[in-house]
Amino acid sequence: MEIARHWRQRGARYRLEGQRSRSTGAVRFPAQPPALGEELNEWELVTLSGRGEIYSFSVIRQAPDGYDAFTPYPVALVRLAEGPLVSAQLTDCAEGDLAIGQSVEMATRLLVDGGADDVLVYGYKFRPTIQ
Amino acid sequence: MRPTRPVGVVGYGVYVPRYRIAAKEIARLWTDGQGGVPVDAKSVPGPDEDTITMSIEAARNALARAGVPAERLSAVWIGSESHPYSVKPSGTVVAEALGAAPWVSAADFEFACKAGTEALTAGMALVGSGMADYALAIGADTAQSRPGDALEYTASAGAGAFIIGPATEALATIDATVSYATDTPDFYRRAERPYPVHGNRFTGEPAYFHQIQSAARRLLDDLGKVASDFTYAIFHQPNAKFPQAVAKRLGFSDAQIAPGLLSPQIGNTYSGAALVGLGATLDVAQPGDTIFVTSYGSGAGSDAYALTVTEGILERRGRAPLTEAYLRRQVFVDYGVYVKWVGKLVMG
Amino acid sequence: MTNIYVIGSAATPVGEHYSRSLADLASEAVRGAFASAPGLTARSVGALYVANALGDNLAGQGQLGAFLASAVGLRGVPALRVEAAGASGGVAMQQAAQAIAAGQCEVAVVLGAEKVTDRLEGALEAALASQSDAEAEGINGLTLNAQWALLMRRYMHEYGYSADAFAPFPVNAHANALKNPQALYRFAINADKYRKAGQIASPLNMLDCSSVADGAACVILAAESVAQTIAGPRVRLAGTAVATDSPSLAARPDPLDLTAARASAHIALGRAHMGLGEVQVFELSDPHGIAAALALEAFGCYGRGEAPRHAAGGALAPTGRTPIATAGGYKARGDVAGASGVYQVVELVRQLRGTAGPSQVPGARIALAQSLGGIGATAATCVLVSE
Repeated sequence: MEIARHWRQRGARYRLEGQRSRSTGAVRFPAQPPALGEELNEWELVTLSGRGEIYSFSVIRQAPDGYDAFTPYPVALVRLAEGPLVSAQLTDCAEGDLAIGQSVEMATRLLVDGGADDVLVYGYKFRPTIQ
Repeated sequence: MRPTRPVGVVGYGVYVPRYRIAAKEIARLWTDGQGGVPVDAKSVPGPDEDTITMSIEAARNALARAGVPAERLSAVWIGSESHPYSVKPSGTVVAEALGAAPWVSAADFEFACKAGTEALTAGMALVGSGMADYALAIGADTAQSRPGDALEYTASAGAGAFIIGPATEALATIDATVSYATDTPDFYRRAERPYPVHGNRFTGEPAYFHQIQSAARRLLDDLGKVASDFTYAIFHQPNAKFPQAVAKRLGFSDAQIAPGLLSPQIGNTYSGAALVGLGATLDVAQPGDTIFVTSYGSGAGSDAYALTVTEGILERRGRAPLTEAYLRRQVFVDYGVYVKWVGKLVMG
Repeated sequence: MTNIYVIGSAATPVGEHYSRSLADLASEAVRGAFASAPGLTARSVGALYVANALGDNLAGQGQLGAFLASAVGLRGVPALRVEAAGASGGVAMQQAAQAIAAGQCEVAVVLGAEKVTDRLEGALEAALASQSDAEAEGINGLTLNAQWALLMRRYMHEYGYSADAFAPFPVNAHANALKNPQALYRFAINADKYRKAGQIASPLNMLDCSSVADGAACVILAAESVAQTIAGPRVRLAGTAVATDSPSLAARPDPLDLTAARASAHIALGRAHMGLGEVQVFELSDPHGIAAALALEAFGCYGRGEAPRHAAGGALAPTGRTPIATAGGYKARGDVAGASGVYQVVELVRQLRGTAGPSQVPGARIALAQSLGGIGATAATCVLVSE
């Protein structure tokens, strides 16, 4: 059980909250601590659109502990509309449905179920765009 | 019942999972394919879907249509009989995901298949009393069923989300409602038990039909209207037959219930059923159309509503996927995949 | 500043050593290394660097410095564990070299040791996945294999290859492992078998994925003053360098560019006063063909998108332009996680001493080993020269 570790990620995982640079407008995801030499308030929170396209993808058939119930499952690097890459699972698709460049959208899904006495961990996945 | 301040639906959203299982595939396992089936197919939640995730997507669609910022929601109320936690609200996860937290009332409702409309009525009261401007009511379920039970053919997954707001901003006003409830144990699931049990034919006349007819007739009487005064009607749909039968008894035609009758394609989405049907009907309704909705929950009771569609529907309908977009992307799975995904496979 | 020499080296076979503990394996490697350095005794050792990536996750043992020092007969010696995922071995080599260069000691022992088979596959995948950004990426079930697979798919897309184009990498690795009695997989494969192999993380198939296994390797480094007293041909550790990159693929501006691999190799070569073109044999982090291809391209051995074409032309073989995996590489010798960087040096010492047998690179005098942590978040390079 890692209750607090999941809880503190809820903005990023549930809403795709990233950061935007106040000086350049650049967007990054996930949020990072301020780098050396940066003003403490250089980066402001921004909720990303959840739209993007597949940069690359893979279907995992040998899974880590905790992911057996989902196996096989697709993962991808997604180029978000705001610019950053994000790695995530894909959902609601089979390998044959996928191609690099395809447009995808965020869905909030169950990421992992640690068992009957653990918290359910929800977060972003991506799927082929519905509309 | 009518609120002090007129209210209506300012945004609605539907969600139905991508996967289906054919009723005949279930019959193959349990009856050697002999005999009739109550629906053609039912929706199946993917392995990463539950009441919380489906509620989030339906609610995002509702917010998109409403054009209301999530932080203006004063309530996120979710009716379901398949909340992922027994203790710990689905509503807090959904409110957080939508961006409605922290100044929000979040709660989970339970009343078998009408938990969603319970939330809707509560939302009407919250907004109608002037306590708040916007309340989100969701009905969602990933319904459970014992392997081989009659319920396994129909118990499915889906969600409908409705944002209640002032009638002046509504895409459909809610003109009146009634609620009817009696102690009628036609279907129940004891605490700690994985699957519900039901009273077979007892679920029919004294339960489904009596409660729905009582609520529906009372609302028609209150309004001084008859079935033919409405453009559309939606009834709770545990299978294909019951809603058609009760519609006929109440004087509604097949054409009136057609847009909202989804059970033949997706089964019984339980708390979602009446609300998903209403969503599908709003997808096709025109300004001035009137809609009659009656839910049903085992245990038992029924909520009935009369709505009038406004001009707002025209601009807002297209802001989120129509129900048809979710129905169209159907992918059929076999019984093996189905049991793996819905937790009926012992994983150790 | 003194020159630094490898005066002893040895390794255990890579395998599923179910009957042996981490301490057993470490002891065998250290005894073997001392046996290859006649006259050297434990009393000469001034420091022990233990390279280990997964000990606390999979071997259930912490404080590996003191634990293994005691187990191998170096009780009392200053000892610590170096952890940089798959680059642990290379980083430990650099730490040991720096200790000698700084005059802290004259002899330092680098011990790579990994014990992974006490736990089942799912725990191993989880431990490897935690080497990326665990909170942001590990939670997505993104395995280390899958991260390489994402790079491979993108590479295929950008440069127009099919997955088959990567077959020459494992085919070469297996051909060399066949002749290495210490290798995990001593059998040959061919392009046809590669094509038919089942998928692990598409497009990576089973024959393009290393197996992580147990093993220990030991390298003894010494200052010139000590090395002069040891008989036999001398191998000098001419340069080392460590570089880092984001552990998260998504955070990299150009994911197909292994910037840490390039920086580490070039800085180490610079410190050795050598040019890339002078290197005659390489040991790379090559659990998959794509990993070796990207490393060779990052160094500048081949232009971007060209490595598979050269591999198909025989460039990877002992007689080729860039020989790699002469002992079988990660794929066929076996992937020993944090110990791999030490195994690499053991193999290159054989090459530079001319004792590599059937996989000998003719006339090898200059060699480069590079181990990567994760998908190249850490890159540690050692340049070795025979004298």
